[in-house]
Parts: sequence; structure tokens; C-alpha cells
Amino acid sequence: MAEVSLQNVSKRFGDTEAVRELSLTAADGEFIVLLGPTGAGKTTTLRLIAGLERPDHGRVTIGGADMTRTAPAERDVCFVFQQYSLYPHYSVFDNLAFPLRAPGRRFTKTEIDARVREVAALLRIESKLGNRATQLSGGEMQRVAIGRALVRSPSVYLMDEPLSSLDAKLREDLRIELKRIQRELGATVVYVTHDQLEAMTMADRIGVMARGKLVQLGTPRDIYERPESIYVARRLGSPQINLIESDALALTDRPSRAVTTGVRPEDIVLNPTSGIPAEVLAVEHLGVETVLLLGAGSDRLHALLGVREPLRVGDRTRITVRDGAALYFDAAGNRIGDADRMQRREVANGA
Amino acid sequence: MAEIRIENLNKSFGDFVAVRDSSFTIRDGEFFVMLGPSGCGKTTTLRMIAGLELPTSGRILLDEEDVTFRRGSERDIAFVFQLFALYPHMNVRRNTSFPLRVQRLPRSEIKARTEEVAKMLRIDHLLDKSVGGLSSGDRQRVALGRAIVRRAKAFLMDEPLGALDAEFRELMCEELRLLHNRVGATTVYVTHDQIEAMSMADRICVMNGGEVLQIAPPVEIYERPATRFVAGFIGSPAMNFLEAEGGLAAGAETIRVRGRSVAMPRLHEALDHREAVLGVRPEHIRIVSDGVLRGRVFGVEYMGTRQLVTVDTEAGRLKVRAPNTVRVDYGETVGLEFDSQRVVLFHPATDRAVRSELAAGQAYG
Repeated sequence: MAEVSLQNVSKRFGDTEAVRELSLTAADGEFIVLLGPTGAGKTTTLRLIAGLERPDHGRVTIGGADMTRTAPAERDVCFVFQQYSLYPHYSVFDNLAFPLRAPGRRFTKTEIDARVREVAALLRIESKLGNRATQLSGGEMQRVAIGRALVRSPSVYLMDEPLSSLDAKLREDLRIELKRIQRELGATVVYVTHDQLEAMTMADRIGVMARGKLVQLGTPRDIYERPESIYVARRLGSPQINLIESDALALTDRPSRAVTTGVRPEDIVLNPTSGIPAEVLAVEHLGVETVLLLGAGSDRLHALLGVREPLRVGDRTRITVRDGAALYFDAAGNRIGDADRMQRREVANGA
Repeated sequence: MAEIRIENLNKSFGDFVAVRDSSFTIRDGEFFVMLGPSGCGKTTTLRMIAGLELPTSGRILLDEEDVTFRRGSERDIAFVFQLFALYPHMNVRRNTSFPLRVQRLPRSEIKARTEEVAKMLRIDHLLDKSVGGLSSGDRQRVALGRAIVRRAKAFLMDEPLGALDAEFRELMCEELRLLHNRVGATTVYVTHDQIEAMSMADRICVMNGGEVLQIAPPVEIYERPATRFVAGFIGSPAMNFLEAEGGLAAGAETIRVRGRSVAMPRLHEALDHREAVLGVRPEHIRIVSDGVLRGRVFGVEYMGTRQLVTVDTEAGRLKVRAPNTVRVDYGETVGLEFDSQRVVLFHPATDRAVRSELAAGQAYG
């Protein structure tokens, strides 16, 4: 495994700047997730690392060696695409063994056999090794596609939304399997997704992208708790962070240059005795939690509360914000930092 | 007023039974969600209510009136397919009023009703704008306005949000529910997405293999599932199922899992089978130093203020939803404790929940 690095990389397609002056280093053995909406430049970044695109400017290095002008096949990377592409007339075993049988890779029959069985066990498809690829379910096919990447030990794995075509339950299982395999192999992974849950649960660090730029890089916790901008704050969390432009919440620690106040729904606390008045506009019982839509003055806020919330539509209540939990953003949408605030939030959460 | 009653409804396509002996009543003004995996019969049921499909046997009553063999157009029901395809060459007014113009209503009435709906959706100031320049939120409202401008007795919706990404879907669910709170029209909504169902429904009807398994409000379905299928289908991450020892008498308050005794709500009926299945939701397991079960931490997933911990125990792999303040690491051995009054016992052969103190409130199916 190896370190992967992009230095000041830019890529244009006609008038569109797909990637703009992007610098990013994935350490050896690190799981980096690139998160952003469609068109943010995530997939182009991945293709630049793979060598499927050539940058207009900047450098790509793998394991310290400059690969900017190197052909994809010589970069020692493995690409897993969103849509599995298996050889339909091959068995699962032969699909998995294929990369090991490529010319130039000298593996003995026993080595190939051992490696294929090991990967099949990892992905729980041992019992399907004799099946033809076309006799598999969608989830099994995608596992074979991932397995075909795993039989090799490249410098880096590049994955482009590999779980997005699977159903929710399977995605849940594979998320944790992929993470475990990556940890066990000590693999360097650059993984692209627009699914915030995948990003939060799998990444060592998340790179949030917007219109070709990397706008923040940090651990999931950093990105969730210390987003540097409104854009980043909106990428993680469900329901989304509340963004309020008035000072209706009457927060005392609000800096004077703050234009927008951000409060995560779990940081809104019902407090019938003090706090600002609010009306319940909608109640969603999601089983484990309840989401309230509240109207406070002209603002609308989501609050995420425990299971048993007896409030009904039309009820009046009062709300406060958990101490130190509010995030403040300036006119440009950038967060106004406050070291002391974070500490208070930690204390409030621990209590 | 629009109550929809389904009586002993059956539908077969050749050998395939799409809907099997369904009977239920959708109340006037209710937001009723039909939930299940693809092929469960939910869409077929909806199409029979709409008159797009004729039942093999059984009856459909709309406000006590038998409409089983009436044409769709004679039922005064609005079927909403795709919510989001606006006509780009028409302005907001023409998009919203489209269904009324198709019906060839008098001009003055079209104008009055379009404006009434626009006011309700707070898009009245946009009526003469082109749809091209609208924000995504306003586009949604125009689409909704077009869906409800026809004053039908009931609205039928078949996965109207299916094509949207997660963020947008969340917003739209809320808009739909707020609109329903204002309009109060009977709505039958089909989806395979349990979160949509949980967030919007007054009652959810869970179907599988052509059969209705349970009809109840979201919280009831979540806390007191009628069958193992319902329990597994609702909730994310899914409920954990553990193999346990059966042969339990009515009144039993403990069950054995891998030789250990686990407390559960007192049973109201016996479980004769040799085995049993114990269902425990991830948020009803606590990580402790000893506990009834022990296991190795297989995965820790960060989810904001919470984390999802996967633990391999001798009773199988369990998912635990824990606050972020609990520190655990991969490979660590931990103990697990169940919230004993919240666990559900299932019959391993019939899949049915065994009646207990937990289910005392409700029993269906």
C-alpha cells in the first residue's frame, strides 16, 4: 500500500472546470471519502488518480513517485465502478481470478486458488464460486466486483459509489465489511459518494467537495462538529442543520458579525419554563427518534427528540439551544471560530 | 368525506396471486401509507382502488358506495404519478391549472381554484413567472399544487418521491405532510421506503407476498410489530434477531439465549415450538462491562451524536446504537444488556409475534 497525493491539480472539460487547484494527500492505509453533490468533481478526481484523465495542471504521485504522465495500467491502482462489470460467461471463481491471470503477473495455480478463496470468504460468496456471474443477485454481483479489486494488492483502491446500486440492508452490511477489509489489509482507499452516512461511517477523513474545489478535509467528527462553512454544515446531518438569519433564538454568545446561526436538530431542547415560544407544525415519529417541525416567530426549525414525545400538531412549547451548540456564520457563509464553545459542547453532551 | 373500504379483495395474474384476501378501511381524511418490498401487492391494491385494475374477487367501497366495477374516471379519485415533471414551456399558473383545463371547466372557476391553491401553498406571487427560474422548493410546491388543484375525494400516490435524492425527499415528505394537515383529503400513498412511511403516515399498512401483515400508526408498528417481517422491515439499522429456546408457558418472564437467562415482557400466550426468535432493536441494547451476553466489537460507525457498534456474540452479530460518549474500540470484548421490557418474541415457524405484556395494547393479523 502507498500514499497518494494530488498537488494543485486542475482539469477542464471545455468551459467546465471540473477540478480546480485541488491538493489532497491520502496517507498510507488511510480511508478517504470524497463527498459532494453531483457535479462537484468527485469522480473526475478519482479518474485523475487512476490516470483515466490527465490533469491540465498539477501533479499526481503514488508512493512518492510522480505518476502524472504514467499510463493507468502502470499506476498499480484498482478501480471499482458504480456499475459492476463482470464477465457473464465466466464463473464467479474465474471472474475473481481474472486479474491474477493477466499477462505479466506470474502467480501459480495454487496461489491463485488460495487468494480467490480468501477473498470470497471475506465477502461471503464462497458458496457461489461455481456459479455463473449471471446467476447471482445484484448484491452478489457487486460483491464479486469488489472482490475482483481485492484479489490484487495494488498501491491504492479507488471506488466510485460502489454501494449505490444496492438495497438499504445490503448497503448497511457491506459498509461495515468494506471498512473491516480495508483495516485488515491496511489498504489506502479513495472512495467517492454522495451518501453522507457512508462518508461518516467509513472515512478516516472526509473531503467535502463543491464545484471542483475541496472545501474542507477532516475527520467525520471535525466535519460534523466544526464545519468551516454553511455549505459543509449542510452536507452532514439528517434532518439538516437549522439555519436561521434572525436572532430569534436569543443566544447570548452570538458574535456581532454573525449573519446566520446554525443549530443541529439534536441541539434544540424543549424547555417549557424558559426559552422562546414555538408552535408544533409537524410531528414525525421515526421509531427511534421523533422529529418536530417548530415555528418560532417567522422561522422554522427542526428538533430531534427522544422516542416518546407527547406533543401534537398545534401545541405550543418553548425551546432553548443546548449550551455552546450554536454555530455562527458570517456574511460570506464562513464559520466564525470559537475554541471555548467546542469545549462547552463536549461538556453538555457528556452530561 | 371519503372513506375507502376494501372487502376480501383478491387479485391474481395467471398463477401469481398479487393480493390475497385483503380487508381494511381507510378513514376519511387519513394519510394512509401502504408499505412493502417490490412485488408485495401494494401497487396492485392502489391500482384497484383507482380503477386501473379490476379485482379477481372482493369489493371496494367509496363512501359506502360500491365502486368495484366503476371506471376510474367515475370514481372522483385523483391519481398522482410523477410529482416533479413540470411543463417547462408553461408558467406557474398554466402548470398548476393544467388538470382543470383538461377537464374543460369554466375559465372563471379555473382562475379561482388555481389562485386558491396557490395561496395555500404560498406561491400566489409567482403565478405569472416561468417555472424555469424558480427555486427547487417553489418548483415542488407548483408540482404539489397541480396534484391537488382537482378537488377529488381521495388522492392516490404511487412512489411519487422515488426519483429524488435523499436530501430533497426529506424536504418533500415534510411539505406533503404539511399540505395534508391543511387540506385534510384522504390520501393513499404507496412506497417501499420505510422512512417515508414513518415520517408521513397516520397509519401504515405493511404488506408482503400479497398479504396485509399489520395496519397501525407508525409508533405502534415500530414498537409492537405483528410479525418478524414487519419488525425487520421497519427501522434502520434493522432489529436484531437472536435464536432462543422455545417451549414457554403463558406467564413466562424469561427466555434462554445460548444457555443464559434473558428477561422479557410477561407472555400472554404459550410458545409450544422448540425454538424461538428474540427481537431486539439496536437502541434497546446497552454496552456494559458484564451483561447477559458478551462479544467482540467488529465495527464502530460514527453517526454524529450517536454511533453504531457491531458486536459478534455467540448468539450472532448484533448492532447496538449507543451515544457517542461510550468509548469502544475494534476487537474489544464488551458485555451487552437488553432493555428487557422492549424485546419482542417471535414464533420461529409462523413469524408471528407472541402476545405479551408488550403487545397488550394492540393485536392485528
